Amino acid sequence: MAAPGLPVVGRLARAVGLPLVLLGLLLPFLPLLLWSVAGRYPYPALVPTERSSRPVRLLVDPSSEVLTGLVNSTVIALSVALIASLIGLSAGRALGLHSFRGKRLVQFLLLAPVIVPGIAVTLGIQVFFIRYGLSDTRRGVVLVHLLAAVPYVALVMSSVYANLDLRLEDQARTLGARPLQVLLRVTLPAVAPGLAVAATFAFLISWGEYVLTLLVGGGAVKTLPLLLYAYLGSTDVPVAAALGLALVLPPVLLLAATSRFLAGERTPLAGFGRV
Amino acid sequence: MATRIELEQLTVDYGAEPVVDGLDLVVEPGTLVALLGPSGCGKSTTLRAVAGLLRPRSGDVRFDGTSVLPLPPERRPVAMVFQAPLLFPHMSIGDNVAFGLRMRGVGRAERRRRAAEALEQVRLPGVAERRPGELSGGQEQRVSLARALVLQPHVLLLDEPFSALDASLRTEVRDLVGELQRSAGVTTLFVTHDQEEATVLADRVALMLDGRLQQVGAPRDFYERPASVEVARFFGTANAFPGAVRGGFWRGALGEVRVDAPDGPGTLLLRQEAVRLVGPDHPGADAVVTRTTYTGTGVRAWADAGGTEVALVADPSARVAAGDRVRLHLPPDRCTVVRS
Repeated sequence: MAAPGLPVVGRLARAVGLPLVLLGLLLPFLPLLLWSVAGRYPYPALVPTERSSRPVRLLVDPSSEVLTGLVNSTVIALSVALIASLIGLSAGRALGLHSFRGKRLVQFLLLAPVIVPGIAVTLGIQVFFIRYGLSDTRRGVVLVHLLAAVPYVALVMSSVYANLDLRLEDQARTLGARPLQVLLRVTLPAVAPGLAVAATFAFLISWGEYVLTLLVGGGAVKTLPLLLYAYLGSTDVPVAAALGLALVLPPVLLLAATSRFLAGERTPLAGFGRV
Repeated sequence: MATRIELEQLTVDYGAEPVVDGLDLVVEPGTLVALLGPSGCGKSTTLRAVAGLLRPRSGDVRFDGTSVLPLPPERRPVAMVFQAPLLFPHMSIGDNVAFGLRMRGVGRAERRRRAAEALEQVRLPGVAERRPGELSGGQEQRVSLARALVLQPHVLLLDEPFSALDASLRTEVRDLVGELQRSAGVTTLFVTHDQEEATVLADRVALMLDGRLQQVGAPRDFYERPASVEVARFFGTANAFPGAVRGGFWRGALGEVRVDAPDGPGTLLLRQEAVRLVGPDHPGADAVVTRTTYTGTGVRAWADAGGTEVALVADPSARVAAGDRVRLHLPPDRCTVVRS
C-alpha cells in the first residue's frame, strides 16, 4: 500500500532531522568528555594521546572542594526549588484562579526580576544582606536565587491553576473531604505534574547561577559554577572539563525524570506561556 | 432514612443582585423534585446552597426540621453529581468510587467491596481497575453516580447530570437514575433546564424563573394548569389569547369559551396539540392557514383567525397547506385562564 505524499516527507524530516538535532545538542559535550579523561592532549591530536583518571579522581577528592561545591549547590538548589514551589503554589492559585484589584501590577512585579538584570538588583540589596548578616551565607544565596526563580515558578503555576477544574474540589467536599483532605488528595495530585516542572525550573535556575552567588556568597559559599569558573581561569583544562560534566549531569537527569510531565497529555500545561 | 428537605425564604446573592430570591420549597422524603428553569435562573445556585458549597444571605435549609446551615459541605448527609463526571484523574475508577468511603474512614477491604457493588448497580461491573479517560462520557457519568450512591446519602443532589451526554445516552442514564433513585428511596433534588427530563423523572416539578419559583406541582399540572403565561411558554404552550372573563365565559378575539375562572381580565392558554380542526357545520372560529411544518409525528401549523395567530398540531395524515380555510375548535376542558 502506497503511503500518501505528505507523511513520507514527514517521516523523512523526522528520520533526518531528529538525529541532526540530537547531534547538535550532544556534540559540544564530546570535547568535554575527551578532555575529562585526558592525561596529555596536545594539538593537533584528535583524541588524547595519554589517558588519565586524575580529573575524575579530583572530583571526589575531599581536599579539592568539589564535593563541598556539589553539596552546596545541591542544598541551595533543592532549598530554592522547595521554597519557590511553596510560594508558587499559593501565588499561582491567586493569579490563575482569582481576579483581584492590582492583579496586573502583581503580575508585572513578578516578572520584574526577569526584566531587570539580576546583577543590578543584587548590587542594590547586597547592602541589606550585609546589614542583616545574610551576606556570605547559604541562606543569603538561597534568598537571592529565589529572586530569580520565583517569577518562573509563579507563572508556570498560575497557568497550571488556570487549567484546573475547581469543581473537582467542590465534588470532593460534597463527598465528605475536609479542606485539608481536598488539598492533599485532590488539588495537589492534580497540579503535581505542573509543580514538578516548575520545581525543576527553580532547581535549574539556582543550579546554574553564577553572578548572584558570587555577589552574595562573596566567595565564601562555593557552588559548582564558582569552582568551574575558577578552574577555567586556571590552565587545568582536564579538571575544568570534568567539572563541567559534573555540572551538566544532574540537570540532564532531572529533566529526563520530569520530561514525561512536560510532554504528557494529562499535563495541565496547555495554557503554558499564556500569562 | 429518607430525609425531608425544606428551603425557607432562601436568598442567595453574588454581590448586589439576588440570584435566588426568597425561595420556599419542600422535598418530601424519598421523592424526586426537579428544579427546572432556563440557565441563569438560580437553580444551580440553590443546589449549591443545599450542598453547603455556598452560604445563603438569608433564609434556611433544613433536613428533617434541623437547619444544616452551620454544617460545612463534608458534614452534610448529601451526595452531589455534577454536569461533568469530575472523576479524580489520578485515581483508578475503583478509588474514585471509594473516595467518599475513604473520607469516612471505612477500611480498605470494605471500600473495595462496596465500590464494586456500586459499580454493578450502575451496570459497569469490572471497571474498578481502569483509569478515568479510558471510559466513555456516559460511562464516566455513571461512575460519578456510583461514587455518590455508594455513600447511601440521605439527600441526593443532581446538577444537570445528563446535559453533557449525547441524546441516546441521555435517555439511558436518565432512566437508570430514575430506577436507582426509586429503589434507594433517596430524597432527590434534581436541577435541569429540560422540561421533558423534568416531566419524565420527577414526582414534582418546581419551575424557577429569574430567581423565583413560578409554580410547583405534578409534571402534568404544567401542561394542563399552567399558573402563568411565562410558565406555559416555558413548557412550550404557543397559544395565549388576551381577553376577559365574565360569568363563567372567556371572551376574546376568538369568540367565547366556557371556563372556570373568576371575572376580570384573563389570558386564555391552550396547547397547540389541543386545538382541533372541525368541519364547517361545527361551531368554531374561522381561520386561514399561513404556514405549515411537517414534523413526522404531526403537522405543525399556524393559522390566522381575524388577526390572531393560532398555533396547532394536526394529524400527520391531515393534508393542511398554507392558504387553506379551516374552522378551529378550542375544547373548553383543555383551556386555562390566567390573570393578565
